[in-house]
Amino acid sequence: MLIKSKEKWMETENSVTDEAQYLNRRTFIKSASLAGAALGAGMVGSSLGFAAKERTLLPLDYAKTSFNPGEDLTPENAITNYNNYYEFGTSKDDPAANAWRLEPKPWSVKVDGLVEKPGTYAFEDLVDMKSLEERIYRLRCVEAWSMVIPWIGIPLSSVLKKIGPKNDAKYVAFETLADRKQMPGIRRPVLDWPYVEGLTIAEAMNDLAFIAVGLYGKEIPNQNGAPLRLVVPWKYGFKSIKSIVRIRLKKRKPATSWNKSAPREYGFYSNVNPEVDHPRWSQARERRIGDFGRRKTLMFNGYGEQVAHLYKDLDLKANY
Amino acid sequence: MGITTAQLRRYGKPLVFGVMLIPAVWLTYNWWQAFQYQPHDLGFNPQETSNRFTGDWAMRILLISLALTPLSRIFRSPKPILFRRMVGLFAFFYASLHITSYVWLDMAFDWPELWADVTKRIYITVGMTAFVLLIPLAITSTKGWVKRIGARQWQKLHKVVYLVGLLVIVHFIMMRKGFQYEPLIYGGILALLLLLRVPAVRRFASLP
Repeated sequence: MLIKSKEKWMETENSVTDEAQYLNRRTFIKSASLAGAALGAGMVGSSLGFAAKERTLLPLDYAKTSFNPGEDLTPENAITNYNNYYEFGTSKDDPAANAWRLEPKPWSVKVDGLVEKPGTYAFEDLVDMKSLEERIYRLRCVEAWSMVIPWIGIPLSSVLKKIGPKNDAKYVAFETLADRKQMPGIRRPVLDWPYVEGLTIAEAMNDLAFIAVGLYGKEIPNQNGAPLRLVVPWKYGFKSIKSIVRIRLKKRKPATSWNKSAPREYGFYSNVNPEVDHPRWSQARERRIGDFGRRKTLMFNGYGEQVAHLYKDLDLKANY
Repeated sequence: MGITTAQLRRYGKPLVFGVMLIPAVWLTYNWWQAFQYQPHDLGFNPQETSNRFTGDWAMRILLISLALTPLSRIFRSPKPILFRRMVGLFAFFYASLHITSYVWLDMAFDWPELWADVTKRIYITVGMTAFVLLIPLAITSTKGWVKRIGARQWQKLHKVVYLVGLLVIVHFIMMRKGFQYEPLIYGGILALLLLLRVPAVRRFASLP
């Protein structure tokens, strides 16, 4: 049974706000805050707060993709309002409510460990904004729900080539920002902050491994991991680490956050696998956001052709 | 308290009944809307929302029902006891909605999958055990059953609710990811309510 429930956010094409009018609202806000300034200093503060919540997501130039599963895209509103990003709170709607505090510009990424060119890279030096491409990927959360998301970004391998992994580097570790001022969720010890995720070098060099800086044609919203995040679509969503501030190349397997928190439940690999259940629920099926029922989960989230060879000598039941 | 027992029976009970129905009315209305393809407030994953919503309310109302006896001791008034059966039955009602939400809306009556869940996932086993233990308590909640069993035996039987409370909290802690405060806060409240029943604690706090 497939019941498509029409949500509040499901608008028809003809009710879309005219672009000129939409852009005009900025002018309105600006003039409103100018009026506020005239009224008093207190008003300026509140209008600045408002401006911060209304981060304008600039449109991006990008090449269309060949990575397209041909399935219905999950609506943008669902992608940007139903998030797991515990640094902003543990409810699904916390990130959308709190992530305006994050300041994604300017941004820099510390690169260290076994690399030829360590150092602190400005976002622009790591991500070539002139070679952006779109990738439409399925995203399968470990909680048994899924989405289809049009990401914009660059292959992770292009970033790695830039920093030059040394021959003895076997793993890539990523770290998310952990700033109390910008991230209210950090005050709670839900996980051992900062959030850490990792891949083997072979996984990281795979064609599918992607660094996303955009979503639905625009810059990526804060709650989705601005300004840059990993996307590894054949693994459960929590592997696709958000708001990256550090990339470290290592000889040894990095200690990743969820694996440290509950090693029995979240393995280092965490490949999407319908045959290996999470101890607390089945991974055989998933609910695509917007669908009423559940559908079968695909091995490697349907990307076996591209990634299965990486694991041919690995017992996937033991290495979940 | 200036309110008489008669007034509580006449006005207080219907009022509490109405208030306790509010979450169920909200949920039913929003599912009704969802099924009609109309706007609703169940969010992007309505099944998840409704599982959590019904579970939260079943647990909260169960804790309220467990608070009434200590309250009557603290205020040295039998009046809170007037509401104990109704509140307890509402806890059972929301627990039933919780099961309905999971079995029907979430799992769509996929019995093999459901059986696998109940037997393989410890937190679901724990939750289901809590629900099953509530059934005899709900059935024997009437005056007729108190007489049939005998007051003393009946009271003994209904002490099972303490175990249900513990199972519910364990179920809640187990379903959350990472280290979270909310289940521990509910656990703390249950611990307090159970402690207030321990004879030594009651003597110490000079409660009847």
